[in-house]
Amino acid sequence: MSGNNEHAHHIVVGPGVYLVILFALLLGTALTVWASYVDLGLWNPVIALAIATTKAVLVVLYFMHVKYSTKLTKLTIIAGIFMFLTLISMTLADYISRAWGSW
Amino acid sequence: MQDSQVHADNTAHSVHEEHPAYLRHHFNSAEQQADAAGFAMWLFLLTEVMFFGGLFTAYLVYRNWYYPAFVSGSHQLNVVWGATNTVVLIFSSFTMAMGVWCAQTRRRRGLVLSLALTFILGLSFLGIKTIEYREKIEKHHVPGFHYSLQSFLDPQSDPEVYAEYHDKALEPDMARHTELYFSLYFLMTGMHALHMIIGIGILGFMILRAWAGAYTAGHETFVVNFGLYWHFIDIVWIYLFALLYLISRHQ
Repeated sequence: MSGNNEHAHHIVVGPGVYLVILFALLLGTALTVWASYVDLGLWNPVIALAIATTKAVLVVLYFMHVKYSTKLTKLTIIAGIFMFLTLISMTLADYISRAWGSW
Repeated sequence: MQDSQVHADNTAHSVHEEHPAYLRHHFNSAEQQADAAGFAMWLFLLTEVMFFGGLFTAYLVYRNWYYPAFVSGSHQLNVVWGATNTVVLIFSSFTMAMGVWCAQTRRRRGLVLSLALTFILGLSFLGIKTIEYREKIEKHHVPGFHYSLQSFLDPQSDPEVYAEYHDKALEPDMARHTELYFSLYFLMTGMHALHMIIGIGILGFMILRAWAGAYTAGHETFVVNFGLYWHFIDIVWIYLFALLYLISRHQ
């Protein structure tokens, strides 16, 4: 959907949507606990983070109404995530290139 | 300029357009006011992302350096309590979202009920954290003067955890780093719990105001923006649970 959502504040998200998201989040929790008991080697942390991120995205889009929000809101959030990724990547770039620890 | 006179009693001035009492004069419309408030709330949440982000980055580095210590440390956490707390917070996010819906559809009682349920679930979360923290204290896993490496140098001295995970004993050098794991555990969950306490406090205030009908007369901004804060705390916990409790349980 193109164009700014000028009625973002009026959008009323109903209980039906919330119930679906609730169920999805509970499912994700069960899944991530189960996955931690299975030996998937290097993929364990990847899957754990992938499930956690999916749950976070569902909360952001539907519980926090971002899916129905203005472009400004969406841009603000993306900018914030970008800064967070910068924090992680620049810090890691420093540590990895200096071999301070046991990389 | 008559437009800029302050109206202490909210009566309509002759050159003053009718507008809801809650619309401040420096905004063109209630929609703009609500948008501005939401934008500001998101900016605050982004500062919180950077705040917790620093802790998560520290965790990332140390977990990679001292992985066996982190695995052993994580086995000291109870998955049942952790998962229960995750479910509790997810439900509290649901009740908070329902609260926003009630405020928007002017359901005063529904709003009060939703906020009250969120409040109770928030307290339940803190109660479970108290149980978990108490166990840490009893087992001397709180970083500091009384920290004990016993469980990690000699895993069999800790029968409950050993029965489930059969961890190998750590070398003394690596065992030392379990204290780092617990430092991060207490810092991150402690900061999170502080945010919960603040949130629960504000919820208490909101329940009283909601009962008085403050949020069901067209001005639900406070509820919506508090909801953003509450969902954010939920998201932080979702990551904390995955990273602190579920490092590796398939020994």
